Amino acid sequence: MIDEKTYAELEEIAARYPEKRSGLLPMLHLVQSVEGRITPEGIEACADILDITAADVSGVATFYTMYKRKPVGDYHVGVCTNTLCAIMGGDLIFERLKEHLDVGNDETTEDGTITLEHVECNAACDYAPVVMVNWEFMDNMTPASATQLVDDLQAGKEVRSTRGPRICTWREAERVLAGYPDDRVHEGPGAGPASLVGLKLARERGWTAPASSGAPEIESKQEAAE
Amino acid sequence: MTSTLTPVLTDDWDAERSWTLATYESRGGYRALRKALGTDPDALIAAVKDSGLRGRGGAGFPTGMKWSFIPQDNPKPKYLVVNADESEPGTCKDIPLMLASPHTLLEGVIISSFAIRAHHAFIYIRGEVLHVIRRVQAAVAEAYAAGHLGKDIHGSGYDLDVVVHAGAGAYICGEETALLEGLEGRRGQPRLRPPFPAVAGLYASPTVINNVESIASVPSIIANGADWFSSMGTEKSKGYGIFSLSGHVTKPGQYEAPLGITLRELIELAGGIREGHDLKFWTPGGSSTPLLTAEHLDVPLDFEAVGAAGSMLGTRALQIFDETTCVVRAVLRWTEFYKHESCGKCTPCREGTWWLVQVLSRLERGEGSEDDLDVLLDQCDNILGRAFCALGDGATSPITSSIEYFRDDYLAHLRHGGCPFDPAAATVFAAQEVRA
Repeated sequence: MIDEKTYAELEEIAARYPEKRSGLLPMLHLVQSVEGRITPEGIEACADILDITAADVSGVATFYTMYKRKPVGDYHVGVCTNTLCAIMGGDLIFERLKEHLDVGNDETTEDGTITLEHVECNAACDYAPVVMVNWEFMDNMTPASATQLVDDLQAGKEVRSTRGPRICTWREAERVLAGYPDDRVHEGPGAGPASLVGLKLARERGWTAPASSGAPEIESKQEAAE
Repeated sequence: MTSTLTPVLTDDWDAERSWTLATYESRGGYRALRKALGTDPDALIAAVKDSGLRGRGGAGFPTGMKWSFIPQDNPKPKYLVVNADESEPGTCKDIPLMLASPHTLLEGVIISSFAIRAHHAFIYIRGEVLHVIRRVQAAVAEAYAAGHLGKDIHGSGYDLDVVVHAGAGAYICGEETALLEGLEGRRGQPRLRPPFPAVAGLYASPTVINNVESIASVPSIIANGADWFSSMGTEKSKGYGIFSLSGHVTKPGQYEAPLGITLRELIELAGGIREGHDLKFWTPGGSSTPLLTAEHLDVPLDFEAVGAAGSMLGTRALQIFDETTCVVRAVLRWTEFYKHESCGKCTPCREGTWWLVQVLSRLERGEGSEDDLDVLLDQCDNILGRAFCALGDGATSPITSSIEYFRDDYLAHLRHGGCPFDPAAATVFAAQEVRA
């Protein structure tokens, strides 16, 4: 249900932009955070606030893959099966998880905890094979570690991203995407090990960018006026 | 002589709480902003032009020139939009940059906005990277609190607001005009050009759209000078860039080096191809850049030399595959990706990518015939240059290049009646774990 508080927040999102329709993508993320999916009520509320038709909103909601028409579980588990991850083991991980959870692609387990989907490249190729849980990175997975991961999620254990914070629920994640931050920003490292390999090597070998000459190459306003 | 690796953008990534304003400022952050605010905006544009910085999002268009196309006599507001929709398969540099050091990007956003005289900037981040979005949201909030953003920034009289905008899953939104559609709350489908965004972009107003790494490079240019930047790199490809190695190398990861480094050097830094194996093929800059092979190991990785070798530098997304990899399987998977991500606006891409998958699947199953390779090349010929945007062109790259270099891999499928490769052998855990 889109209650008064949610409606007010939807209006607040639209007001962040010079033209309110720009708020539609984050507004739909907020709809998912309260409704668990894109609902007709959510579409109507967005259309009402933005002075556009429900058909316009539906057209947008069906274009982008993160918007879901069916209820999503507490944990959206996305296995990267784009070429590099697939070859490095993503295909085997996806097969193992389908079998282990007894679901197909884009389906939710009977207990409602996990929705399994294969996803496209998530920009973490140096950590392949990659699995995303509610859009947090689970790096360097194997069929065994991925199975353990979904077992832990189903058992309600606290799970941490290998390069980020404690995993929140899918609805909580959608709220952050709508522009309402939670309190997890300082959890997890600045960078994972693969992100730092080049830097580490440079430190070991004393390699740096050239020193700055320090010469002011841009003339200041004052100098220009003189 | 310039070092082999030149950490600039990556230099703060190993610092304690690298993502915070306190850490960034303790390492010299936001000094370039203060310098910029005391400088004539046109001089900033000139400095970026003189540096030779070319767009780091793949196309390599000169950044300063893009800025100079903004018609300053146009009475409409000017906008800066950062393309943080990193989605090109293999590309994985902007995401770790924003996770580790969001203020490097943000300082670049403020300087760049000041230069083009924008009072509103947007950072369009793909939605599928939750913690990265948290870090950038927090950086923006910290910057407001510190007076780096908002009204009358550091007494300069300059106002700037920044909005962090989360996308919702669409590769096509990496195309700059499709991104603008997404940012305007519409389906992400590319726009006809001209008019170019510099004249009629966001809300039909003059707009600069730059990649994360391009904008993040700006503070270093302003702080150290155009000459400093152009002292690195090659004649027409200046400066440093992040090279992302993934796949069958011993140490995949991010290596920041002057443009012009070779894959041979990078693979050596990465500890070689994984033990007991040999390089088979690689992409220089994502899946949309034609495949290269071991014969191209010494090509300088800059815009000109990779172009001359028949590919494109793209995003320096070096996906490395050894001899255990089936090139047909790899290419089919990329093609399925393009089919899935085609926005549907133009016929060559929408229908063409669908047919490419049909023919490739048939070949991969060992069905069809050698004539299908000609069918594929003919289909590619009908997409390349005829699609509405670069997505369609990109879809043809892996196909045409793989048929050029690995024709026999395709024929082996026909002889074998299916894929002759063992997918388990290509996995990273091949040694530890037998297939499921």
